Amino acid sequence: MKDVVNAARLDIAESLRARWFVIYSLVFGGLVAVLFSFGLADSRVLGFTGLSRLLVTYIQLSMAILPVFVLITTVRSLAGDREAGVLEYMLSLPVSLGGWYWGRFIGRFAVVFLPVFLAMVGAAAYGAVKGAAIPWVQFAVNTALLLSLALCFLGIGFLVSSVARSSDIAQGGAFMIWLGLLLFLDLVFLGLMIRGQTPAATVVAIALLNPLQAFRTAAMMLFDPELVMLGPSAYVILDTFGYAGYLLWAIAYPAALGLLCGAAGYLVFRSRDLP
Amino acid sequence: MIKIEAVTKAFRSRPVLDSLSLEIGAGDRVALIGSNGAGKTTLIRCLLGEYTFDGSISIDGLSPRNDRREVLSRIGFVPQLPPPLKMPVSELVRFAATLSGIDTAAIIGVMERLGLAYDEVRARPFVKLSGGQKQKILAAIALGRPSRLLILDEPTANLDPAARKALFDLLGERRSDPVIISSHRLEEVAGLVNRVIEIDRGRIVLDDRVADGGSAGAVASCVLRLSRPDPAFAAAIREWGFKEGRDRLEWCGEIAAADRLRFLGTLARYGSLLTSIDIESEPPGARLVAQGGAGK
Repeated sequence: MKDVVNAARLDIAESLRARWFVIYSLVFGGLVAVLFSFGLADSRVLGFTGLSRLLVTYIQLSMAILPVFVLITTVRSLAGDREAGVLEYMLSLPVSLGGWYWGRFIGRFAVVFLPVFLAMVGAAAYGAVKGAAIPWVQFAVNTALLLSLALCFLGIGFLVSSVARSSDIAQGGAFMIWLGLLLFLDLVFLGLMIRGQTPAATVVAIALLNPLQAFRTAAMMLFDPELVMLGPSAYVILDTFGYAGYLLWAIAYPAALGLLCGAAGYLVFRSRDLP
Repeated sequence: MIKIEAVTKAFRSRPVLDSLSLEIGAGDRVALIGSNGAGKTTLIRCLLGEYTFDGSISIDGLSPRNDRREVLSRIGFVPQLPPPLKMPVSELVRFAATLSGIDTAAIIGVMERLGLAYDEVRARPFVKLSGGQKQKILAAIALGRPSRLLILDEPTANLDPAARKALFDLLGERRSDPVIISSHRLEEVAGLVNRVIEIDRGRIVLDDRVADGGSAGAVASCVLRLSRPDPAFAAAIREWGFKEGRDRLEWCGEIAAADRLRFLGTLARYGSLLTSIDIESEPPGARLVAQGGAGK
C-alpha cells in the first residue's frame, strides 16, 4: 500500500508540473467560463434554464475533449518514460510492480478527473451565487458519467502503454482506438449501418458496447428522457434497460471496461521487459 | 551471493546474453568490462529484475524478478545515463528515501561529501542539472541507501576529478560490500576491484582476480615541469585542479590513485612539453620519478 501511495503522489506531482495538465485544466475551466459568458445559463431552450442547460452542454463537449486528451497524455507520458530511461532508474528502487503501476493509475485518475469535476463544481458555485437553482440529481449523474468516462479511457491508455514498445506506436494506437470509437457513434457509422439495413440488434449491441456512445446516449437522456432524438433505437434501449437501468449501464460499463483494460495492462506490464 | 545460471537474453532473436553463467561472492568487487553492445547493461538489467530472460538469477537466494522489493532493497544502482526526471531533486530524494525506509539525511550527507550542496539543487528539476550534478545525486542515493550490493554502470562518466576521487573514497569505505562496476575502461576502476570480468557478445571471455587495490581512495601529490609555458596544457591541467608555479613552468596538484592511469594518459598528449613528472604517493613509499620527458 505504501508503494501505491508513493507512486500516486509522484505521478500527481509530476502531472501538476506538466504543460499538458495546464492546458487540460484551462480547457475545462475555460469551457465553463465560455458557456457562462455566452449566457447559456440564462437562456431558455426546450424548457431548460439555469445550470441544467449549462451542464447538459458541458457534458456533451466533455465527451469530445476528455477521451482523446486522457488517451494521448497518458500514453505519451507512460511510454515516453520507458523510452527515456525513467523506468530503468525508478524501477531499480525497491518498489513493487503492482504498487508502481496502480499507484500511477490512481494518481493519473485523480489528475484527469479533478479538473473536469472542479470546473463543474465551479459552475455550480457560480450559479448558486447568482441565485440559480442547482440541479443536484443531474449534477450527480453528470459527475458519475464523467468519472466513468475518465476511468474508461485511462484504463485503455494504460493498456496501450503497456503493449506498445515505443511512444510513437503508443500514440498512434491510442489515436486509432479513439477514432474507431468515434466513428461508431450514431452520427457516423451507426447511422449508415441503420440506413444500410443492418439488423437493429447488431447496431444497438455496437452502440451499447461503445463507451463513447453509451456515454453520449446517457448524456442525451438527461435532457431527453424518452430519447426522442435517437429515433427507433430508443425503444430497444428503453425496453431493455429502462431509464434508470440505462443510466446505470452507461456509468458502470465504461468504468468496468477501464478497470479491465487497466488490469490487462498490468498483466502485460509485469510479464515483459520493464525498460 | 549472486548466482547466474545459463542466462540467455535475446532482442528480436538477436542474443545479447548467451547462456551466461557466473557466481559473485560476498567479498567480490567486480569490474564488468567490455565494448559497446557486449551485454553489460543487459546483464545489469537482468540483475535488477527489469528484463525477462531464460535461465536463472538469484541474489541471496531470491529472484530479482519475483522478490524484487526485497532484492532491490539490498541493491544501490547508478545508471549509465541519468534519467530525464522533471521532478525537483528534493522529491527524488524523498521518494528514494521513503521506499528505502530511511531518512533523507543519509542521502543528503553523501551528496555533500561528493561536493554537491543540497540546498542549492533541492528545488531545481533534476533534468535541468549538469551531467556531473545528476551523477552525484544518483550516486548519493545509491550509497546513502542501506544497500549491500552496489551496481554502478559507468558511474564516473560525468564526474570531475574531485568528485571522482570523492566517489572512490566512498566506495573505498565500503570494501566489505560487493560491488559491480561496469566500465569501458579498466584502468579507471582498477583500484576499486579485486575481480575483472570481461563480456564479449554476451559471453564471459575473461574472469580474473586482480591484486587488491587497497589505496583506491589514496591521493598522490604531483609536480610537473615544462620546457615552456603552453596555454592548451594550462587549460587541460587546470581541469585536474593543478595550480601554476611562479615561473609558469611548474604545476602542482593531487591525483586520486584510481585516476593515475587516466592522468598519465592526459599527460601523454603533452609529452614534448614535459621535462619532469614527479608523483609521490601518500602514504609515502611508492615514488615515481620520471626525468627528461613523459615518454621515459
